[in-house]
Amino acid sequence: MTPASSESTIRGSRVKGLNCPGCGAALTVRGFEHTISVVCPQCLAILSAKDPDLQILQKFADNTRITLLIPLGSRGKWKGTDYEVIGFQRRTFEVDDTEYSWSEYLLFNPYKGFRYFTEYQGHWNDVHTVRALPQPVRSAVSKAQVRHNGVAYTHFSTAQARTSYVLGEFPWQVQRGESFAVRDYVAPPLILSSESNVSEITWSAGEYVDGREIWSAFKVPGTAPRPVGVFLNQPSPYAARMGSIWGLCGLFLFLAVLVAIAGFALASNKEVFSDHYRYTAGPEKEPSFVTPVFQLDGGSSNIEVYTHADLANNWAYFSYALINEETGQAYDFGRELSYYSGYDSDGSWTEGSNSDTVTLSSIPGGRYYLRVEPEVAPGLQSMGYSIRLRRDVPGFGYFAVIFVLLLIPPAFATFQRFGFEQRRWAESDYAPVKEEADDGVTDGSDD
Amino acid sequence: MSERVANCPNCGAQIKFLWSSAIQTTCEYCHSILVRRDVDLERVGVVADLPPDSSPLQISSEGKYQGKPFVVVGRIVYSYGLGAWNEWHLMFTDSTSGWLSDAQLEYDISFLTVPPAPLAGFEALVCGNRFQWNGGDYTITSITRARYRGVQGELPFEYWDKSEAPFVDLRTVDGRFGTIDYSDEKPLLFLGESVEFDDLSLKNLREFEGWR
Repeated sequence: MTPASSESTIRGSRVKGLNCPGCGAALTVRGFEHTISVVCPQCLAILSAKDPDLQILQKFADNTRITLLIPLGSRGKWKGTDYEVIGFQRRTFEVDDTEYSWSEYLLFNPYKGFRYFTEYQGHWNDVHTVRALPQPVRSAVSKAQVRHNGVAYTHFSTAQARTSYVLGEFPWQVQRGESFAVRDYVAPPLILSSESNVSEITWSAGEYVDGREIWSAFKVPGTAPRPVGVFLNQPSPYAARMGSIWGLCGLFLFLAVLVAIAGFALASNKEVFSDHYRYTAGPEKEPSFVTPVFQLDGGSSNIEVYTHADLANNWAYFSYALINEETGQAYDFGRELSYYSGYDSDGSWTEGSNSDTVTLSSIPGGRYYLRVEPEVAPGLQSMGYSIRLRRDVPGFGYFAVIFVLLLIPPAFATFQRFGFEQRRWAESDYAPVKEEADDGVTDGSDD
Repeated sequence: MSERVANCPNCGAQIKFLWSSAIQTTCEYCHSILVRRDVDLERVGVVADLPPDSSPLQISSEGKYQGKPFVVVGRIVYSYGLGAWNEWHLMFTDSTSGWLSDAQLEYDISFLTVPPAPLAGFEALVCGNRFQWNGGDYTITSITRARYRGVQGELPFEYWDKSEAPFVDLRTVDGRFGTIDYSDEKPLLFLGESVEFDDLSLKNLREFEGWR
């Protein structure tokens, strides 16, 4: 005469032969004594599983049914534990007179308890209730944050969600039309949600999962529907890509720096000509002169021309021609120098410079001389100046080009990632402009 | 720890004590509630049929908590709304006792604790009230007027003849758990933490048709 409840083996009540008191349809109960409400699969009436007569708690004239993506009774191994799908509910909320619905599949294991798969537009989450209290984070950020298990979650949206459709069984008294305030906080791929009404608050934690994993674990016929749009805690496919592209970019930049350093080390940077001159105004003065011949070594390389003039509130213009003695090939260029200084109410000021450097690239080796034709501001009687030529000087030019080119791919990846995050947050309470609800419109009672 | 044997004063059946410090037990056969008075057992009442439940635990289930082995020696059953839950009484090998609460397969383990300050009256408490105990910042998460439904096996105190069992449950941000039992004049404080099924290395569990 031991109580039935202390038997060592618990018989499933699926064999009890239960029938709906409303329509007589056969009922299955999979959750043993945990089941408190069970829904008649035929007339959709909600029955009290704890009542020996299966009292009808709610019945509906409209028995339009929703086709479940994962059938009730499906079993699969999930995170090392066998679970059976025993219940289904659809939760519906409204935004600007448009209804949106998500689905919740209740999973059961007689030792480990309950967990949920939630689905919206092909996006799935593996959800379980949490008992440790999430902790509000005081932060200066505009969006509220809560911390749970060392992860900070950012508030995404708050909606009033009502239970619009139920099937199967539940370890609580389920009721169509019952409404909870649902607050979602995200840290992709994780989500933390609270559901509250006047008397209670329940927290749950979820992780984004690929529907295909569920399909294979629970041997669901067919294929998982393709997800539509970006879901609130969907991990960004661009986040990892962006990271690796930035990594590659960094590597190439490092190599480019090495090449540039090697270029500096290997450049001969040799002075090939240097001299000082004095310009004096006068009609007898030749307007131009040529320097002695100098040798430019090696093949094609650059040459740096440095000009310095003793200027004080004046300007000078130098017409140059670098001429190959053997071929007569001439490279013409001109440099203007001007230097002004003075005092005003703000103190001393200067403008311009009395020296100038220019680099001519790709000058073949050979014997050269420079033709110089200085021209000065009218009235300038005398001016000292110097010219210095260096062969094969190290330069930043190529490096700058490589640097810019290397930044293009990661910049693009960053842009893509930013775009993904924009699409994610466009569905939140923080969207700058409410987007047109062109997808995701599902009426809770037909599907 | 010697196994002690006595006979039920009501039906004469043999009563085996798993835990030498048990104050109360039940007779498996006639459902009498038996309380130790010195060396004798006194029959103080009878247990009504317990509500059917599907906890995987049973008397004599074994497990480990923080490396310490325990045996399930008794339980108190409560109901709330349409559901029921069990407070399983655990006996650890060092003869201390603890409680494993199984509410719809969510498990919390706790130990009777002397509160550092007298506990407030049940009526004075509301959800959200906070308390500092043993370095934990506890917040009241639920206030429940549960019903006492019965007992089974060995308990560390007399616990019978109850009807309403007001409970206050508390949680912390780091997963600690507390509960205050207001069923007696002097409230009892239990502190512990939430645990996962897999953390307890449970053995000798009930079996469920169609599973495993």
